Amino acid sequence: MNETVGMVFIIVGLAFDFFGCLGLIRFPDVYNRIQASAKCVTLGTCGILFGLFLFKGFSPTGIKALLCLLFIIVTAPVSAHALARAAYLSGVKPCKETVADAYGEDKLKGR
Amino acid sequence: MILNFISFILWFSIWSALRRPINTQDIILGVLVSGFVTFMTADLSRSLDDKKSSKKRSLFGILTKAVYLSYYVVIFLWECIKANIDVAFRVLHPSLPIRPGTIKIKTALKSDIGLTFLANSLTLTPGNTTIDVDKAAGVLYVHRLVIKDGGSGAIPVAVKFEKILKKVFD
Amino acid sequence: MTRTVRWAIGAISILAVALGIVYLPFPSMIRWQSDFLARSFMWLIFSAILCLWRVLRGPTAPDRAVAIDMLGILIVGFCAILSLPTGRDWYIDIGIAWALQSFIGIMALAKYLEGKDFDE
Repeated sequence: MNETVGMVFIIVGLAFDFFGCLGLIRFPDVYNRIQASAKCVTLGTCGILFGLFLFKGFSPTGIKALLCLLFIIVTAPVSAHALARAAYLSGVKPCKETVADAYGEDKLKGR
Repeated sequence: MILNFISFILWFSIWSALRRPINTQDIILGVLVSGFVTFMTADLSRSLDDKKSSKKRSLFGILTKAVYLSYYVVIFLWECIKANIDVAFRVLHPSLPIRPGTIKIKTALKSDIGLTFLANSLTLTPGNTTIDVDKAAGVLYVHRLVIKDGGSGAIPVAVKFEKILKKVFD
Repeated sequence: MTRTVRWAIGAISILAVALGIVYLPFPSMIRWQSDFLARSFMWLIFSAILCLWRVLRGPTAPDRAVAIDMLGILIVGFCAILSLPTGRDWYIDIGIAWALQSFIGIMALAKYLEGKDFDE
């Protein structure tokens, strides 16, 4: 029973990983790529790790998988945030479809 | 002090879960290691404590905060799954239905850790990525995937998160 | 118009790769306990190849940095899947260490792109 549910979690995680990488290919500029990949790849890898936890139960390996899940879900948004800000401040322009740019108006005015 | 003790119990329980057939040597080493980790993370647990508002620092207050925090985790996981399905739909759609842009939203949160929680959980929920935080003005700059009306107005998810986080961290 | 044509070509090639992963008889290089996990590992490798394409083609430096960050998180998934059929539990230790390393590296890279010093 546990192994079946674990397989389902692993399959869902694989699918979301793939959608994140596809978004990395398809979206037009850096900020949209960060949007797609930071959400989907994080949830996909967390799904795989939770599936591993369901396989192993409360053994040391399963608890290590839970700790790894917690670590990823804390640090992935931080690195996405840092990369988005770095891209803005290093002067990468948003793409043509952009409709509003409040951050650029506020921060890059003096340059 | 009581928060330091709770974090010591937490680290020691993680240690004893990783060392499954536990003996005396493991217990002594675990007390040393989790004491060291508690010492290193003391300022984090101090920032969780409320210094300015001298209301209650009792065990009951901490338990209420823990209940609100677990409620927040449940809400956050549900929003996270919805966000992922939404982004997957937009990635797979042939005509790529996005209207991106950055907007700024106001927050009433003051503490560092509350702002960090809000920014991180906004990054993982539908179509938002926090770019920068201006703590003095109380403003978050958010990149959105779909902007309905000219870039103004609040995000409903942010309002919902903020209401719970204000009870936990302020 | 061209976007629709490109979407159709991409969808057909992705479906072809997926059917190939599910149905082709691969030679077994490692003694896997179950066939399913080997094939899911190949699907993850296909996602990683898409990431590597973005590293190769990215027009600006932040694009490449984002792709490398995502590759780092994918490798944690590799380690988690590998530890199941081989029965070696230390793969998940490699995953934790890799997540830590990748996070620190990406933060340093972001500071460098932002134009600051490292000790700021």
